[in-house]
Amino acid sequence: MKKTVFFGALAATTLLAGLASAGTLDDVKARGELICGSNTGLTGFGAPDASGNWAGFDVDLCRAIAAAVLGDATKVKFVPTTGETRFTALQSGEVDVLIRNSTWTATRDSELSLDFVAVNYYDGQGFMVKKDLGVSSAKELDGATVCIQTGTTTELNLADFFKQNNISYQPVTVGDDSEAQRQYLAGACDAYTTDASGLAASRATMPDAENHIILPEIISKEPLGPVVRHGDSQWGDVVRWTYYALLIAEEKGVTSANVNEVATSTTDEEVKRLLGVSGDFGAKFGIDNAGFKTAIAAVGNYGEIYARNIGEGTTINLARGLNALWTQGGLQYAPPFR
Amino acid sequence: MSDTHALTVTFVRDTMLPPAPPPVGERGAVKWMRENLFSTPLNIALTVVGLLAVYALVTAALPWWLNSVWNAGSLSECRQIVAASAGEGATGACWAMIRERWHQFLFGFYPPSQYWRPVLALGLLAAALAPVLFAGQKRNLTIVLGSVAVYLLVTLYLAATPAGAFALSIAVILGMIGLAQVQPGRLLWFTLLYPALCFWLLWGGSIWSPVVVMAGFALLYGVFRLASPVIGLAPGAAAGILVAVLWWLYLDIPTARALQQALPFGLQSVNSDQFGGFLLAIVIGVTGITFSLPIGILLALGRQSDMLIVKTLSVGFIEFIRGVPLITLLFTASLLLQYFLPPGTTFDIILRVIILVTFFAAAYLAEVIRGGLAALPRGQYEAADALGLDYWRAQRLIILPQALKVSIPAIVSTFIGLFKDTTLVAFVGLMDPLKGVTQIVRADINWKGIYWEPYIFVGAIFFIICFGMSRYSMYLEQKLKTDHR
Repeated sequence: MKKTVFFGALAATTLLAGLASAGTLDDVKARGELICGSNTGLTGFGAPDASGNWAGFDVDLCRAIAAAVLGDATKVKFVPTTGETRFTALQSGEVDVLIRNSTWTATRDSELSLDFVAVNYYDGQGFMVKKDLGVSSAKELDGATVCIQTGTTTELNLADFFKQNNISYQPVTVGDDSEAQRQYLAGACDAYTTDASGLAASRATMPDAENHIILPEIISKEPLGPVVRHGDSQWGDVVRWTYYALLIAEEKGVTSANVNEVATSTTDEEVKRLLGVSGDFGAKFGIDNAGFKTAIAAVGNYGEIYARNIGEGTTINLARGLNALWTQGGLQYAPPFR
Repeated sequence: MSDTHALTVTFVRDTMLPPAPPPVGERGAVKWMRENLFSTPLNIALTVVGLLAVYALVTAALPWWLNSVWNAGSLSECRQIVAASAGEGATGACWAMIRERWHQFLFGFYPPSQYWRPVLALGLLAAALAPVLFAGQKRNLTIVLGSVAVYLLVTLYLAATPAGAFALSIAVILGMIGLAQVQPGRLLWFTLLYPALCFWLLWGGSIWSPVVVMAGFALLYGVFRLASPVIGLAPGAAAGILVAVLWWLYLDIPTARALQQALPFGLQSVNSDQFGGFLLAIVIGVTGITFSLPIGILLALGRQSDMLIVKTLSVGFIEFIRGVPLITLLFTASLLLQYFLPPGTTFDIILRVIILVTFFAAAYLAEVIRGGLAALPRGQYEAADALGLDYWRAQRLIILPQALKVSIPAIVSTFIGLFKDTTLVAFVGLMDPLKGVTQIVRADINWKGIYWEPYIFVGAIFFIICFGMSRYSMYLEQKLKTDHR
């Protein structure tokens, strides 16, 4: 009985907390600062550098939102969240938006009362093996030892994959990415599995990168994207369309370098609307009419963000793959801006 | 002397032979080795195995240490340098990472231009602790305060301290050294002021906020002194607390604001999320240690009390806190509390963590001190009663000094444990030196894949601090050894 009352009170409090903060956009504007839930440190996606400035693929999206809403890409406070604390930090209102390579799943969308508003990176789980193992497909890994991080969805995906293909494996569980890399290099396991982007980053920093290959099979879908609280559609729209604005900008060839020039010279009606030259679309979202233009000017379009942080030419050297625009055979597709 | 002997013995030695050295096998290193390393077949075998293990460790690790690289921009650059100097396939430590990131291991994201503030706070911490740790001992006090003065001169200079602050802090510490020669007891006033000073140095902001908060304590004491002769000890204390709480609730903020407007003075304010590394560990550890000891003593006494409510509350608190892991309390601090507070309340995460860490340590300390209390013979309690001392006097003068002395090793163990447990805050997203900062460093593409170096660096600093605490507890035991064992 007492327990029921307690949990009832807890639920009511949660509900109240959710209701009372149902105006994140206004909160952010009033505060003059966006609080962005970030990773505690993930190569290429978000980490502070030696002088404490955050940089990375996810971090740039936070900056774009801050630029769109507040007109200044530096007005962001990054709150590092761990795998355990991230969703609670969002639910309790400690952060405004969570951009922290979180996979969009049905449970998280429904049960956790969160809304995934977009997919800014399509990832998937892959395998890395040493070249001299002589394996060219994950299906040949029968009886192999596999290094795997505990407590992640990757562990379940791995079990599913080997079961479906009717082959056996020996898991070597590790605590985190650096330990996994160490065990793998020391020969404690034949294969190392995690998200393909993580594998690429690990491989890039190995002393003998040429002796390791990433197998072609991607055994899971890991759509990673920004998350907001359920029931705050206005804020969700702002986050979603800031992201789409970056995609449309890439599609239309608008970059951080030429955005001002394009705004004055363009004849493309959609670009005019996007940059706030015509119409009042920005205002309809509750932000400055030229808010999306500010965002593009601050961090560049999606392609620029990608190239700067994780793309080909950086040490991580990830090809666009699924994350190319739909016009170039990828999955990144923004609805029309009209 | 007759000459009898001259007939029976042809020769009588009348001087002592010079002592011959013991046989080779019975002296020096050989004897020691024979007795300690090779006394039995089992010992011989163990010695050989041990030597082999040491040899294997040294041959495995020594090149790695010898090939250390201090100047490089990334891990791959380190590897190139090692390969160039020691040949292909050689391994070497890459301390260049520490060289580039040491400030994050020590200070987290604290603004570099303000590093002098934590540095100064640490120096003054030693100065504030000295009067407590070496009560009334002029020589030790002078040594500690002198070392603090030297430390401050060097580090404040290195941290590019503003001239005014530099001069002021040196003046303060020299003044304390002077005071230590004349009236060492008075130094305790500095210790009492230190928490507010430290808070202001670390977090910055207007100087008037800590001053006004301390004024609340002064008010508490004043009311207590004035009221207790009239209405008695406990009601006097209650009245003092009431007045102080009213002050903090209603007058604190307006007064601080008014003073700040009248006499604006302050430091650049630094947010809690900029704290990290050892700064965070020491802030949490030292605050936890300082506040958990008095709370622990009170809980231990409460548990032994005859008063039902006091006893039940103490037992309940101790058993509840000891019954859950620290990590649970940390998650409570970071996640659950947010749900119960009104939305929009910003209750500092470091403060929340400090409070729960303090509770945790206090519960353990209470049991440690209860052990000390139980170790005292019953005669001591009865003797105190026979002298006609009231409860608090008996505790203060007879029971606690003995009970605490017995518990020193266990208390210091708890403190060391508490200090090391501060690394657990990594799990609630705070930047502890071991996991938090290391993870950030490893997320940098330049240093990804580095493994041992950050652990060794952080471990060495933890060792120095914990070893220091351990040695101090041994000194304290020696000093307090009054029996004739």
